[in-house]
Amino acid sequence: MGKDLLGLEHATAEEIEGILVTAEAMKEVLGRDIKKVPTLRGKSMVCLFYEPSTRTRTSFELAGKYLSMDTVNIAVNTSSVAKGECLIDTGKTIEAMGVDVVVIRHGSAGAPHFLAQNISAAVINAGDGQHEHPTQALLDMFSILEAKGRLDNLEVAVIGDIMYSRVARSNIWGLCKMGATVKVFGPPTLIPPDIEKMGAHVCTTFDEALEGTDVINVLRIQRERQGSALFPSLREYAMLYGVNEKRLQKAKKDVLILHPGPVNRGIEISPEVMESGRAVITEQVTNGVAVRMALLYLLIQGGN
Amino acid sequence: MAVKEKAVIMSSEKLSRSLRRIAHEIIERNSGTDNLVLIGIRSRGVPLATRLANHISQIEGQALPVGILDITLHRDDIDTFQEGKGTESKSHIPFSVEGRRVVLVDDVLYTGRTVRAALDALLDYGRPSEVQLAVLIDRGHREIPIRADYVGKNVPTSRAEVISVKVTEIDGQDRVTIEERVPD
Repeated sequence: MGKDLLGLEHATAEEIEGILVTAEAMKEVLGRDIKKVPTLRGKSMVCLFYEPSTRTRTSFELAGKYLSMDTVNIAVNTSSVAKGECLIDTGKTIEAMGVDVVVIRHGSAGAPHFLAQNISAAVINAGDGQHEHPTQALLDMFSILEAKGRLDNLEVAVIGDIMYSRVARSNIWGLCKMGATVKVFGPPTLIPPDIEKMGAHVCTTFDEALEGTDVINVLRIQRERQGSALFPSLREYAMLYGVNEKRLQKAKKDVLILHPGPVNRGIEISPEVMESGRAVITEQVTNGVAVRMALLYLLIQGGN
Repeated sequence: MAVKEKAVIMSSEKLSRSLRRIAHEIIERNSGTDNLVLIGIRSRGVPLATRLANHISQIEGQALPVGILDITLHRDDIDTFQEGKGTESKSHIPFSVEGRRVVLVDDVLYTGRTVRAALDALLDYGRPSEVQLAVLIDRGHREIPIRADYVGKNVPTSRAEVISVKVTEIDGQDRVTIEERVPD
């Protein structure tokens, strides 16, 4: 592992494998009565979130705490950023307080990379614009590995809003590196033109996306990022692109359903599918903590 | 640095006799096997704990629970530890240690730091009534005040030497040797 985790585009299969294997040991800690180990005592982490988040931020914070780190959250709208402080100054200020890891989420692609070049603390990308969300892809891969026992030679369909989804990009890069085949499907207006260059196959019908598919990763409609109307209505989206029981009759019986959350219930995925045994949406949240613990452990260990 | 074998400390027979003797000592000291559990420290403490449990159950006719303790997350040397290497091992203690007599089992007792970490890790699982320590080899050079309750063999060593414990379950043979680091 290098100093930072900025994305999976440039990560190696060995690095990903190392994180996933370590996450398994971390998950055992989460299952204990006393879920705290002293591993990273005396190390500190700041979560710097320029965009709203419940699960990612809480997940990072708890991952740090379970490893005995000191963790601090900065809510950007009540910080000096509201007074006009720029990213680099905020970063240097945090670093001057002796912080070992900065977890950043930012609306602009590349913001974590910029920060990483300017501070010596480890930087973890918790989502940058429409670019990458590597820890989400890692926890998705961990959840797939747990359910299917492998990643290679699996067919994974990513369905929905590919265009605005950093989760989709990190998933495609990560899964392709681990030997899985990735298909994408969604409204043509939400399929970016160059997505096939990343290694994903674009499906033109829902049936094509379901055929032979082992895992379906349903994406959230990113209503906050979409400008003008890219599809006529949410109702129509639910009818044509929503994952529901009827549609899943054409899928493999043991198909695994993932969703990064938060869910727009009844739009991209029906409540019945969410409650069915095939969906592991809450398990993904647990796995997210384990994966982030593994990552913090490896980054701090590697930084010495 | 290569390592050169200097002497064989324990053959397969000797190792087996040591374990049988320790099994008897454990039973004697605890007046039987009531409330007793064995926990092996990864990695070579685990097969040793399993074998001790088998010996004890042969002698006393009662099966003992055996757990696995991984101490990676409790080490005090993360700052100098193998760089960026993950850990794939985890603890597996499928019973409650609350109020039990726990015998920790490891292959070599050296600085005592592994046992220190193991005690910390163990106490996260509950509050045993008593913790005892069984080791196959005690090679001295303690850095913290820890001693073993049961010792297979005391071996005076220099810090430059390495004690290599091989067990059939992991290495394909039972053999304890003393090795020395020599420049290539």
